[in-house]
Amino acid sequence: MSKFQLNRRTLIKSGAAVGAGLALPTMFTSSARAYLNEPKGGTVTLGFNVPQTGPYADEGLDELRAQELAVQHLNGEGDGGMMNTFSSKALKGNGILGKKVQFVTGDTQTKSDAARASAKSMIEKDGAIMINGGSSSGVAVAVQGLCQEAGVIFMAGLTHSNDTTGKDKKANGFRHFFNAYMSGAALAPVLAKAYGTDRRAYHLTADYTWGWTQQESIATATEGMGWETVNNVLTPLASTDFSSYIAPVLNSGADVLILNHYGGNMVNSLTNAVQFGLRDKMVNGKQFEIIVPLYSELMAAGAGANVRGVYGSMNWNWQLQDEGSKAFVKSFGEKYGRPPSNSAHTCYVQTLLYADACERAGTFDPCGVVEALEGFEFDGMGNGPTLYRADDHQCFKDVLVMKGTDNPTNEYDTLEIVEQTPRSQVEYAPDHPMFAGGELGQCNSGA
Amino acid sequence: MLGLSKKDTTFLLIVIFLTLATPILLQPFPENSALAQFNAGYPDLMQRFAIFGIFAIGFNILFGLTGYLSFGHAAFLGVGSYSVVWMYKLLSYNVLPGLILAVIVSGLFALLIGYISLRRSGIYFSILTLAFAQMSFNLAYSVLTPLTNGETGLQVYTDDPQVLVSEGSPLSPHFFGIVMNESAKIDVGGWQFTFSNGYYFCAIIAILVFYLSMRIFRSPFGVMLRAIKTNQTRMNYTGLNPRPYTLAAFVISGMYAGLAGALLAAMDPLAGAERMQWTASGEVVLMTILGGAGTLMGPVLGAGFIKYFENIFSKINDNILHTWFSALPDGLEDAVVFVLHPFIGKGWHLTLGLLFMLVVIFLPGGLMEGGTRIWNAITGKNRKKKQDADHHPKPSAHVN
Repeated sequence: MSKFQLNRRTLIKSGAAVGAGLALPTMFTSSARAYLNEPKGGTVTLGFNVPQTGPYADEGLDELRAQELAVQHLNGEGDGGMMNTFSSKALKGNGILGKKVQFVTGDTQTKSDAARASAKSMIEKDGAIMINGGSSSGVAVAVQGLCQEAGVIFMAGLTHSNDTTGKDKKANGFRHFFNAYMSGAALAPVLAKAYGTDRRAYHLTADYTWGWTQQESIATATEGMGWETVNNVLTPLASTDFSSYIAPVLNSGADVLILNHYGGNMVNSLTNAVQFGLRDKMVNGKQFEIIVPLYSELMAAGAGANVRGVYGSMNWNWQLQDEGSKAFVKSFGEKYGRPPSNSAHTCYVQTLLYADACERAGTFDPCGVVEALEGFEFDGMGNGPTLYRADDHQCFKDVLVMKGTDNPTNEYDTLEIVEQTPRSQVEYAPDHPMFAGGELGQCNSGA
Repeated sequence: MLGLSKKDTTFLLIVIFLTLATPILLQPFPENSALAQFNAGYPDLMQRFAIFGIFAIGFNILFGLTGYLSFGHAAFLGVGSYSVVWMYKLLSYNVLPGLILAVIVSGLFALLIGYISLRRSGIYFSILTLAFAQMSFNLAYSVLTPLTNGETGLQVYTDDPQVLVSEGSPLSPHFFGIVMNESAKIDVGGWQFTFSNGYYFCAIIAILVFYLSMRIFRSPFGVMLRAIKTNQTRMNYTGLNPRPYTLAAFVISGMYAGLAGALLAAMDPLAGAERMQWTASGEVVLMTILGGAGTLMGPVLGAGFIKYFENIFSKINDNILHTWFSALPDGLEDAVVFVLHPFIGKGWHLTLGLLFMLVVIFLPGGLMEGGTRIWNAITGKNRKKKQDADHHPKPSAHVN
């Protein structure tokens, strides 16, 4: 080993080298601009960040289909879909503010880190001015935080946790999808009517943010109508076999099982529960029932016959008969040969809402867009009259209570609409305890 | 210079040059050309190159020198990130306290895990480290949620104490006022080069720790570590106790991993539990093997290679393919896109896996061996082809 000798000469030399290295980045001052990724030239780039691999990949791919469709409609290709039924008429089918819409895609892998990396690359490399997508609340919260720091708009996709517009809300982030509180508020009266008011409920809950907030919301709502919560067992997100969690349910004296699971978890836990014969049991003199508070078409298809008669809630369903839904289902079906899922719907609507907000604001500047979206009332997007509340950037609209179809007629006919719960019934105050703790902060345009 | 031999000094200078010129070197295609898709010179990816380079350099000190294969290094990565974010929450967005704390905490953590795991070697050691990492992941994910914020990841909220924050201090990570996510863009002809503060911060730290690892490789301590890899039994018979050396190597490489994790959070103020998952531990093993275990530069190359695939190939979608091949006749275009489809976008794992197999089968010494072979072919040295001295024992002399 050679000796490490430090004399005056080498010290000065290395000192100068290190100094030059440190000074290098500061030699260039950042160029002045109005806001981050201001579109120059004839195009504007949107970033679609969805899970293409991992447990929620099916949802992600359906979101991507809808986002592509939205871009087509914005650019005036195809039949225009919901642009024809949308109450705001600012969009003309010539892109956004006259600029042709382009998009880039990325894979979130259903991991916060990977999602942020892919969103960052869209913002830094491709110059995306808006990020849309996400199919998990953890990812949505992480990417929302990133967009706030970077200075672009985040239009959340499928995220159902109360935290997204609760304690983790951000000025640059907007959610069209409903949340766990709304699921509880919509489901409780229907459940009371169907199963009575003296039930004993046992919860199995996915052990992460979304699971916790949904469990809290459903337990509060059902207790409010007289049900008793017997137990709440947290299950790891990575579980694939729930048999060991189902067995104790039988001996607990509970007569309702509530599965706060989503995606593959829900398919497996529901299948396990049905295999154990829970639904054929009589407990406390009542028929044993299972409830899945958050439904999706893709999950229902995965669980097959096991969902028959099981209650749950949804943001939107392709069977709705209003003009907006019909127009969207028609153009989606013509392009892809299948009805859209509710995650596809929310991403499509979010993309149009963003474009419309830019048109109305007359700029892509995130602060202008935030202003245009806050307190925005619209209709014709499939959910009836909807409000983007300024206090927390959450959309307020009707919620669907669903039930597994008893006699499906085709492969997409898995769920039927039980009730369209009116918006007034699922509204809550911005400072509701389940949503308390965060603040929106200031809009950031990245300038 | 700096206690290195002439050859090593040249090597270090080349590495310094390459690192500092990365924003230019990774931007070979003009902005508007079809190949601009393959440019990698944007801050986030360059930062990742440097950070995962540090992670792999540290891992190589353990795996490349002593041969102990740890499957739990991601745990230190996560610990580093959490330390930094906590410093943001409690003190301020200055990254320095966090970096120092991260290195200390991950060192202590490595001491604990190393002390227990190093009682065994070989596959048992790997399994023990894997178990510890998985345990840390599960703790971070669902048990220690007040500390880690669970699956959502730890982030800074507006109501955090941040006692050192004063009026006008930056609202994102900075190093004494040099804000990490600020950058300067320079347009030269059709090219756009981004010089980001964050990247240069990582790059300078990477050069420093690269130098440190070079010194370790060339030191008597490094020779001792190689001896452990070559023949531990013989070492025991000679009367040397290998445990303190392996433990030291384990702690050093744990501190490297902690530093890398800290830098991840310094570039992007969020720490997620997935950083500790076994897939992340496996990734650094792949990086090291892909680049060339036991070589100085190999792990850095491997890290760059994997991160490039993860970030560039995963973003190529069918639309982009169609624009590339739009010159071909329609039927043929669709056919080409159909064939390439499984390898791009969500199929980037497949492409990477195939390349990994090719490298492991044909270049057991990793990318570095490929580089050496090409270099030898150019300079005509292939006659006296030297076996990779770094990790093959020399045939022992008959007369001892």
